[in-house]
Amino acid sequence: MSADNAPPEAAGTVPAAPAYRLPEDRWHAAESVFWLIPVLAFFFVPGYLVLGSQILIVGLFAVSLDLILGYAGIVSLGHAAYFGVGAYTAGLLATYGWGEPLSGLAIAAAIAALVGWLASFLVVRGGDLTRLMVTLGIALVLHEAANKAAFITGGVDGLGGMTMWKVLGIFRFDIAGRVAYVYSLVVLFFAFLLLRRLVHSPFGLSLRGVREKRVRMPAIGASVREREIAIFTIAACVAGLAGALLAQTTQFVALDVLGFGRSADLLIILVLGGTGRLYGGLIGAAVYMIAQDILAGINPVYWQFWIGALLVIIVLFARGGILGGLERLRALARRSRA
Amino acid sequence: MIANLVGVLFDGIAYGALLFLIAIGLSVTMGLMNFVNLAHGAFAMLGGYATVVLMTRFNVPFLAALPVAFVVAALAGAALERLLYRRLYQASHLDQVLFSIGLTFMAIAAATYVWGPGLQPVELPPFLTGQVKVLGLELGAYRIFLVALVIVITLGLVFLVERTRFGAQVRASVDSQQAAAGLGIDVNRVFSLTFALGSGLAGLGGALGIEVLGLDPTFPVKYMVYFLLVVAVGGAGAIKGALAAALILGIFDVAGKYFVPGVGAFVIYVLMVVLLILFPAGLYGRRG
Repeated sequence: MSADNAPPEAAGTVPAAPAYRLPEDRWHAAESVFWLIPVLAFFFVPGYLVLGSQILIVGLFAVSLDLILGYAGIVSLGHAAYFGVGAYTAGLLATYGWGEPLSGLAIAAAIAALVGWLASFLVVRGGDLTRLMVTLGIALVLHEAANKAAFITGGVDGLGGMTMWKVLGIFRFDIAGRVAYVYSLVVLFFAFLLLRRLVHSPFGLSLRGVREKRVRMPAIGASVREREIAIFTIAACVAGLAGALLAQTTQFVALDVLGFGRSADLLIILVLGGTGRLYGGLIGAAVYMIAQDILAGINPVYWQFWIGALLVIIVLFARGGILGGLERLRALARRSRA
Repeated sequence: MIANLVGVLFDGIAYGALLFLIAIGLSVTMGLMNFVNLAHGAFAMLGGYATVVLMTRFNVPFLAALPVAFVVAALAGAALERLLYRRLYQASHLDQVLFSIGLTFMAIAAATYVWGPGLQPVELPPFLTGQVKVLGLELGAYRIFLVALVIVITLGLVFLVERTRFGAQVRASVDSQQAAAGLGIDVNRVFSLTFALGSGLAGLGGALGIEVLGLDPTFPVKYMVYFLLVVAVGGAGAIKGALAAALILGIFDVAGKYFVPGVGAFVIYVLMVVLLILFPAGLYGRRG
């Protein structure tokens, strides 16, 4: 390498290689269109707003799982634990006299984050199998606790009888679910904005590093343990937020918010949509819940069989779920054009 | 009080023995193929239903139905291993978890479709029911039978793994697949046979467990935690570890439900968390 070939002052003008830049986080046109869909749904399918708000809430819940599973690569079989903690916190607040929705959300999310932070110290130890067991065990312990503490939580009968105050003191939760839908959509959108910024930050990038190559992260000066604890806590917080939304909009908390079935369904939803993309959780939630609404009405046993078969097929033949498939299609189209 | 304590202890041991029988196959597949198979309980359930069908439809006696349960589950395991599991040995743990959850869902739905959602009855032969007096203690005849059978099977397994050529191949493959393959061991065949054996033992355990654990379509999910616990606490791929873990879990679970019914289910979960904190790689684990 000779000096006149690469003068030092020219180095500054060489454009940085794309690989070293922060990930692109400018809004894509497709994203704006995507967010128009739930807005349009509010006006054009007013009969399905209750299902709609369920989809929005489960979507938020799935996004929270995507943070630890899709970005940091932490496998969890008990993510419902934090959803349930949020749901019960919001539910109990409303039952015992504090029905203000927004502060209820904030408190529920904070409590879920606290529980998640405590749990994370157990979770980050050990390999995948230990993590599966610990996350599952924590969810089971909370499920059992909520079951045994029936005098507070209502046990298997569920927690009902809450009175929600008006949102912002203006909008009362109505029977058609209009306020619940808009409320869920607004909360989901702002939570999503924050998380979208988060995963495109250097911190988010380092999470992908943890997922791809754990052992090399310390070599570039990044503590894996701290990052895992941080993202697990954030994911628990978001899951708690989703749980609180469910409790407030349905004004009921069933014991199954903490159940294994909910954690397993959530995994399916996320994988169906596609992991590591944030939008995968939302799309998965919409597809799964609309299909469930149509098919499970016919026969719940068949539904479970086909969802199992679908899962097997996704794993064997369609890694990446719906969004992964779309991406592959786009790559194919680009190649055939070139 | 002491007699009571011994009775509970014995029940716990019998329960643990059953857990061991079902979970040992899971432990071996996890140690050998590093495969997280959440559908393992489905093979146990299959063995259970095979026994029920044989006994109620064809009037086969209980003891004769047990080997059939083993064979049916082993064949199902071998077929699934060949067709599906084999494709995922190199996949990530997440893919394996999802795949096996999918299989479990299908098994549950299929069992509900064929046999209905209810608990299945089993009629034990008269000499296995009631209590037997041993050294002045009243012990359940079926529990004694269970423990004796599991002792025999465990000795057989230990012999198989430590003294036979096949056992040596299994141990070599657990230690290093590549080196074993390099020495001319047909690792794929070892995998298939081990998987079939593990599924068969689970089927046998499921058949024996109808009386103790109950049998309904949710069986694979209901007891999944216990099987996984045996493996996680015992350390994957270790017979000794799985046995110790299964006995500890069995005894604590039964004792917890007997002495402190109010907190019954907590005992086992708290125990699990404590054990996993103390031994992140399992009691006898070699891998993290």
